[in-house]
Amino acid sequence: MSGILVVGEVQDGAIAPVSGELLAAARKLAGEGVGGGISLAVMGDDLSAISAADAPGADRVILISHPALKDGGTGGYDAPVLALAAIYESTSPDVILFAKTDFGAVTGPRLAFKLGAPVAQDCIDLALDSDTGRVVVTRPVFGGNALAVYGFDGDGPQVATIRPGAFDAVEGEGTGTVEQFDVDDVMGGVRTVLVETVIQESEGVRLEDADIIISGGRGLGGPEPFDQLHELANILGGAVGASRAACDAGWVDHSYQIGLTGKSVKPSLYLSIGISGASQHMAGLSGARNIVAINKDGDANIFKAARFGVVGDWEKVLPAFMATVRDLAG
Amino acid sequence: MALRIAVCVKQVPDPETPASAFKVDETANRVIPAPGIPPVVNGFDLHAVEAALRIKDAGDAEVTILSVGNGFVMDVMKKPLSMGADALVLAEDPEFEDLDAVSTVKVLAAMIEKTGPFDLILSGRQASDWDQAHVPLGLAERLGIPSVTLARNVEPQDGKVRIERALTDGYQVVEAPMPAVVTVSNELGEARYPTLRGIMAASRKQPERLSLDDLGLDGDALKPTLSLRRLFIPESESQVELIEGEDEADAGRKLALRLRELNLI
Ligand SMILES: Cc1cc2nc3c(=O)[nH]c(=O)nc-3n(C[C@H](O)[C@H](O)[C@H](O)COP(=O)(O)OP(=O)(O)OC[C@H]3O[C@@H](n4cnc5c(N)ncnc54)[C@H](O)[C@@H]3O)c2cc1C
Ligand SMILES: Nc1ncnc2c1ncn2[C@@H]1O[C@H](COP(=O)(O)O)[C@@H](O)[C@H]1O
Repeated sequence: MSGILVVGEVQDGAIAPVSGELLAAARKLAGEGVGGGISLAVMGDDLSAISAADAPGADRVILISHPALKDGGTGGYDAPVLALAAIYESTSPDVILFAKTDFGAVTGPRLAFKLGAPVAQDCIDLALDSDTGRVVVTRPVFGGNALAVYGFDGDGPQVATIRPGAFDAVEGEGTGTVEQFDVDDVMGGVRTVLVETVIQESEGVRLEDADIIISGGRGLGGPEPFDQLHELANILGGAVGASRAACDAGWVDHSYQIGLTGKSVKPSLYLSIGISGASQHMAGLSGARNIVAINKDGDANIFKAARFGVVGDWEKVLPAFMATVRDLAG
Repeated sequence: MALRIAVCVKQVPDPETPASAFKVDETANRVIPAPGIPPVVNGFDLHAVEAALRIKDAGDAEVTILSVGNGFVMDVMKKPLSMGADALVLAEDPEFEDLDAVSTVKVLAAMIEKTGPFDLILSGRQASDWDQAHVPLGLAERLGIPSVTLARNVEPQDGKVRIERALTDGYQVVEAPMPAVVTVSNELGEARYPTLRGIMAASRKQPERLSLDDLGLDGDALKPTLSLRRLFIPESESQVELIEGEDEADAGRKLALRLRELNLI
């Protein structure tokens, strides 16, 4: 029994970038003494385009192909749980890592409960406790107001989901081996059926990939001001985001939501307008480098995390800001 | 026959507690309740109650609220009743203070055994205290039934439940056989407010209370599977550079120039 199993994800037929972040987390644990190598498992209905070169940091790439694993697994994610339980039976890893994404946040805990193993969700760091030889994780709790450090005491597999953006992906070209793992025998247990997946393609840059994000909150007062945010994002080549309050109000779609229960982003510039900076919103910004805030309340929490700020009414500040940006863009 | 729906709700500290009032006892690894700020029903759980009541509005259903905890505040816990739920079942015990997910699942499963069977078990997507999003998944696994997460619409029909599942960029339509566990997210839309009539009706209803003994559970079986070694508030030092100008417009102009100066735009 040994090794680290990294459960990767597939995007457009290729290994998704978030998998590289998981491999970085796995490498950290391996460096601190978790032996047995690092395996990256990826699942899908067609994995023909995947090569070990795209998985730097993995000693082995395990491909699990099955029609039921389409779209990351038939809805409700029965299929990947069954497939991973089979992998566990055959390889007995010490540590199993997922990303805390739509997929991993569900599949990780479900697998853990199936195996009767402890699980830690949404970890931002992990380490090996040299005294116990077990993993210790750090995770934000109470909406990010506090941090908790947990130890996987006891024995058996240790399952954790890792917050996207918490680790920098391993760079370079992978040199691991590739093997197929057959799961035909276990797929009979699928109960939930995925009828369809509807993806709302965002125009322009994806929020998760954007280097500049212009984000609006309840302080904007309605849907119209988001037109100005879009215009600004266009000029700067960025994307528009929002707080949950703005999404819940129906001013923009929920796909704009940044935060604990929305997207995690990592822009070099995050311009927030009319957002108070609640801890649950800031939870999506741990990867953001320069936070800039326009807010009329100088005591707003956002100014604690911001590098630059203007205390003022956005209706007065923003037009002048935009005019200057336009001039600079020439 | 009426559809029997259970909704799992948790009493949590108010997540809108200002950061300045949020305190932690770092020796005991516990959150210190903010004085004068009463707890609330976990926000997403009210969305789950709303989903159950919409099913009840559309047909014949009986909605039972289940909660595990300690130190319940009755005004708080009766909110789902005043929204329109039919019954409230509380498992309250000092042992239930900050139970981990695995133990919470054990208690909820025992409650369901006692008060069930249910066709549908709804819950919130995550509790705003420990932010785990685990309990419903573990509950489904323990009960041996399917689970589907992040519903923005829940429609039971002919022994099956059809769910629109919110994704970060769109949604999925998923069908599961009942009984099933379904977690509900805020994309469902706002939870209804209690009506005066609802509040009156709720004030007359008494919760059913189940003790550790009633549930046939042993406190020793509720040990945490992960040990909490440290709980602390991360230090953050504000380093904000506030841009000022002759007026707000001037500050906006200067902000743009400053960002350009640093090549950020
Ligand atoms: C479990 C849980 C998960 C959550 N997940 C998320 C999440 O993923 N993402 C998220 O964003 N939130 C999330 N929340 C909600 C979060 O707690 C806050 O309620 C939310 O972020 C507030 O949004 P806001 O800042 O837009 O609104 P508010 O807090 O109301 O702030 C509005 C701000 O606008 C300012 N303002 C008003 N008028 C003007 C003006 N004319 N000019 C300039 N400034 C002005 C005000 O000073 C204020 O600071 C979650 C909550 C819970 C409990
Ligand atoms: N103690 C509890 N009593 C009843 N329901 C709970 C309890 N803990 C969690 N739940 C349910 O499980 C959901 C997810 O909780 P968690 O896994 O703790 O984030 C919550 O939104 C509740 O619906």
